[in-house]
Amino acid sequence: MSQLFSKKNKDVFFNPLNIDNPVTVQVLGICSALAVTAKLEPAIVMGLSVTVIVAFANVIISLLRKTIPNRIRIIVQLVVVAALVTIVSEVLKAYAYDVSVQLSVYVGLIITNCILMGRLEAFAMQNAPWESFLDGLGNGIGYAMILIVVAFFRELLGAGQILGFNILNYDCIANTGYMNNGLMLMPPMALIIVGCVIWVQRARNKEMQEQ
Amino acid sequence: MENLLSLFVRSIFVDNMIFAFFLGMCSYLAVSKNVKTALGLGVAVTFVLVVTLPVNYLLQTEVLSADGILGMDLSFLSFILFIAVIAGIVQLLEMIVERFSPSLYASLGIFLPLIAVNCSIMGASLFMQQRINLPAEDVQAITGVGSAVVYALGSGIGWLLAIVGLAAIREKMAYSDVPAPLRGLGITFITVGLMAMAFMCFSGLKI
Repeated sequence: MSQLFSKKNKDVFFNPLNIDNPVTVQVLGICSALAVTAKLEPAIVMGLSVTVIVAFANVIISLLRKTIPNRIRIIVQLVVVAALVTIVSEVLKAYAYDVSVQLSVYVGLIITNCILMGRLEAFAMQNAPWESFLDGLGNGIGYAMILIVVAFFRELLGAGQILGFNILNYDCIANTGYMNNGLMLMPPMALIIVGCVIWVQRARNKEMQEQ
Repeated sequence: MENLLSLFVRSIFVDNMIFAFFLGMCSYLAVSKNVKTALGLGVAVTFVLVVTLPVNYLLQTEVLSADGILGMDLSFLSFILFIAVIAGIVQLLEMIVERFSPSLYASLGIFLPLIAVNCSIMGASLFMQQRINLPAEDVQAITGVGSAVVYALGSGIGWLLAIVGLAAIREKMAYSDVPAPLRGLGITFITVGLMAMAFMCFSGLKI
């Protein structure tokens, strides 16, 4: 039991949450991170779906890693991921139809999400199933964290709501001259907010700054 | 004809792959350090889009849809089949280009395998799948192989414009004094955001 949660495994799980974050440090999976963050709810669902898919794809590829011929490994990885994504997409359509309509093509695009291919290539091909599972979980949660932070600010400042609940749209606030910033809901602000998240993170961790 | 032209212009400027949908962002940020390689990747992406989209269009309408040759609605299989087609065609193109045009291979070669996992290719296929069912008079509708090719070409050129523009800005930015925590990735994101804002002026463009 102690081996399962050794120091190394803790690092595998916790590093992606901060100093090795998939979005802000490894620059993986930006496409969907930006596109689904206009509201908090789809961002949470997207984060969860990616976490589940990365964790299980990592386990499956890690189990198969000794039998996959090296030349066709990309195709094998894509097929495993595509099968998992199809399952998640069908589950979302069945149990959370509204969210799956809002996410539209971006659920399908999890297949080409670079986090998956990046982690499968860099980690699951060399490590045992349990470490791969932790690595997938950590990276998925690190990705979800950034999504949730970005979506929180965009929904709060753009629509004055959090998860659809009214926060800022009251007369007493409107009377002070405060207005919702509609630009926050547009695509460009997603990029700028991610830029600011990177700024804050690197200002706190000096060793991550680029020369 | 008018429809095709309008679809073409819209897919370059209004439905730009990068600025409106953030597709292909990973390679966009990674390979935009100088204009020459950016141009190479942009051309390769356009090339692969123009070849794969018509194939995926035929696959969707002739095989997967309810009135295709199998007579069943198999569209839940589309993710696996589309990605298999894309990966297969990329592999094939790599071999063909290597065989017949070594000079083109030397300039595109390193980018071709990367493109199989570029989300803009898969994204364009999935958007096309959604647009097949639109009424024919809608400007976004894709009604045949011809309009699939035009849509692919427009999306590819839009992507190329975006990556060459960013690469040119980043080349110049190397000389500017950026605050240390923003250097590199941070300022790149903000630059792309500002470029996207500029591209928002095209929304509502009609021909």
